[in-house]
Amino acid sequence: MLLQEITSGGLSFFNLAPWIVFFPTIGLLFNILFGGRLSEKIIGGVASAAAGLAFLVSALLAVSLVGHPEGMVVPLAEWIRIGELDIRWAFQVDTLSVTMMLVVTGVGTLIHIYSIGYMHEDVRFQGDTTRFRRFFVYMNLFIIAMMILVGSDNYMMLFVGWEGVGLCSYLLIGFWFEKGEGGIGNAIAAKKAFITNRIGDFGFIIAALLMFWAFGSFNFEEVFSLAPEIAGTIILAITLFMLLGVTGKSAQIPLYVWLPDAMAGPTPVSALIHAATMVTAGVYLVARSYPLYVQVPEAQNVVALVGGATALFAATIAVAQFDIKKVLAYSTISQLGFMVAAVGIGAFGAGMFHLVTHAFFKALLFLSAGSVILGVEHGLHHLEHAGGHVGGGGHVDPQDMRVMGGLRTRMRTTFVVYLIGALALAGIWPLAGFWSKDEILAEALHLNPTVYWLLTIAAFFTAFYMGRQILLVFFGDPRSEAAAHAGENPPIITAPLMFLAFLSVFGGLLNLPGLHTFTSWLEHTIEVLHPGEFNLQVALISTGVALLGLAGSWLIYSRRYRQLAQLPPARRPDDPLRPLFGPVFSLLAHKYWIDEIYGLLILRPYQAACRFLAETVDWRFWHDWFHDSLIWRGFDRLAGALGGPVDLRVIDGLANWLANATVRLAGSLRHLQTGYVRNYALSVFLGVIAILGYLIFR
Amino acid sequence: MPVTYYVILSAILFTLGAVGVLIRRNAIVIFMSVELMLNAANLAFVAFSQLYGTLNGQVFVFFVVTVAAAEVAVGLALIVAIFRTKHSINVDEISSLKN
Repeated sequence: MLLQEITSGGLSFFNLAPWIVFFPTIGLLFNILFGGRLSEKIIGGVASAAAGLAFLVSALLAVSLVGHPEGMVVPLAEWIRIGELDIRWAFQVDTLSVTMMLVVTGVGTLIHIYSIGYMHEDVRFQGDTTRFRRFFVYMNLFIIAMMILVGSDNYMMLFVGWEGVGLCSYLLIGFWFEKGEGGIGNAIAAKKAFITNRIGDFGFIIAALLMFWAFGSFNFEEVFSLAPEIAGTIILAITLFMLLGVTGKSAQIPLYVWLPDAMAGPTPVSALIHAATMVTAGVYLVARSYPLYVQVPEAQNVVALVGGATALFAATIAVAQFDIKKVLAYSTISQLGFMVAAVGIGAFGAGMFHLVTHAFFKALLFLSAGSVILGVEHGLHHLEHAGGHVGGGGHVDPQDMRVMGGLRTRMRTTFVVYLIGALALAGIWPLAGFWSKDEILAEALHLNPTVYWLLTIAAFFTAFYMGRQILLVFFGDPRSEAAAHAGENPPIITAPLMFLAFLSVFGGLLNLPGLHTFTSWLEHTIEVLHPGEFNLQVALISTGVALLGLAGSWLIYSRRYRQLAQLPPARRPDDPLRPLFGPVFSLLAHKYWIDEIYGLLILRPYQAACRFLAETVDWRFWHDWFHDSLIWRGFDRLAGALGGPVDLRVIDGLANWLANATVRLAGSLRHLQTGYVRNYALSVFLGVIAILGYLIFR
Repeated sequence: MPVTYYVILSAILFTLGAVGVLIRRNAIVIFMSVELMLNAANLAFVAFSQLYGTLNGQVFVFFVVTVAAAEVAVGLALIVAIFRTKHSINVDEISSLKN
């Protein structure tokens, strides 16, 4: 009835598009204005409802698109109109943007609900319950910015959203700004994220300016329709600078360094922003700009190689990390590499498909990791209350996998969902990750074999590190008292996890080979898409590689680990790989020393330059010398010179001389006034003679 | 008698009168010198009147004498007034306006 009417194109809800931004704005304003006196449940409830309503609107838009697959542009307001420049606030509702909207609001709503429970614990663990409201304000702000990003119909509005999500990332990473290493670690991580993103944004801005210079517009439709007429070199420049923005936002080489540090933020933040949504904005950008990219195969190649290299690079680092969230962070970077490589080789559908499935299982993994961390924190709490001392003496990091173990029996639900997420990520049939990853690999094999090999090797490491993580966290014996006393979390935490697990299992149905539902859906917007062929060989190789990885991890982390555990603590290595690979493991554990190299090559010279400019140029030269010595003291001296010799001696002298002269003149003239009548009579007489003389001798 | 003699006499009288005004200290003597100058002018007027045969010069003498009389009247009144305060008619002593 109603549904039929909508899907046949009779009724459509496109005009509701602005509400994807309005609902979260209402939630934000409500919490800012009234949240101070309300309970945590209401604050979290309002924020989650706002996100949920945005999801509802996105769903209505999606349903409307079934009837009108070509989509629609829904203008909202004018923004800037100067001469040729016309930027407006308008929403482009098409299959690509609605896909992103659904993912962001859908996963976002689940994470909002999860956060109610998680932040309730976290604010008590960190010691500031008043900050609960701020979290949900920032989360709603993020949804607003992300919706602006994915819903925009021009590059400038997209950039507003782009910057907005960067801001929210900064605010949320540094949420506990006074905590972290040395009382400032979280703030430094937030700053690092923002600044690294900014370097990417510089690339984006250059690309946008080049675009305006070449096309005279920022609007998607206008730019894409004019694209074939513009010189290839300009489009190459635009796409490569845009790639710089993508490497910043989507954490690719060389600007990925902020994402592992971003794990300093609360776990829901890592799940939402740094796994499922914000970091995928770069992939969305490339997919959206496909008409530009397909014109310059050289740029596409660069994108694909950057993605492939990042995928492998990050996967190797993840193998040697001990923090549960850092493993997932590098995993995210690696999977983003898969997506970027996919859109790079031209398999936009496969890339977007992996974006969707990755959102499901990565959010699941992060939230479950949060659940694990909460469980271990409960164990710590339990211990402190029971009067016991924390096992091992000294501070136990609830995120370090080396203190976990044996949680399988203590946190059953979390274990099951985590396992599902891990297997989905590793790409095991029939979970969601298998289908999406496989599609990418199949396309890569005949479009760009180098990328295919990079991604396949990365897939091996992916399976390996996930197996390692599962075994270290959930199997074996607990390696600390805290882990031994860990307990399962309440349903408000576990329910979203189960929902996401369901999506991770059945998410593959979105784009089964043969049916290609998702690809056809996207084809309406990305017209160069074509459904890929299912390649059995690729599928078998990737499954084999994944199973090899899992088997390898089992060999090392189950059997070998137990053997090594027999050794006395002094001789026990912290990881079974260390005696096997020694320096290589160290290199990986230190993330190839990239942060240190950046520090040495870029940060230190830059800071030295800044210090030079600030202290020597600004203070000593400009302030002390130019300003104080030259101008101030020079002026003083000039004023002194003018004052003393000129003003006092010359001018006053002149005035005084004039006065004196007048006095002397008067004094001399005074002598005429003798008072003697006879003198006056003489003067009269002489005067008469003078006049007569003149008259006679004239 | 050529008119020259009269004019020369008039000039001599006038000069004596002028010198007297300038040199003498006694106020009354100064007035007498002024009278002498006036009468020298009268002599010149009459001489030329006689030369040209008109009465213009002689009529003017009337005016001059009248003026001289008035002037003396006023002048002597001033001297009397000054004498009352200064008890002297030495013009050198009437120098209150000095400087």
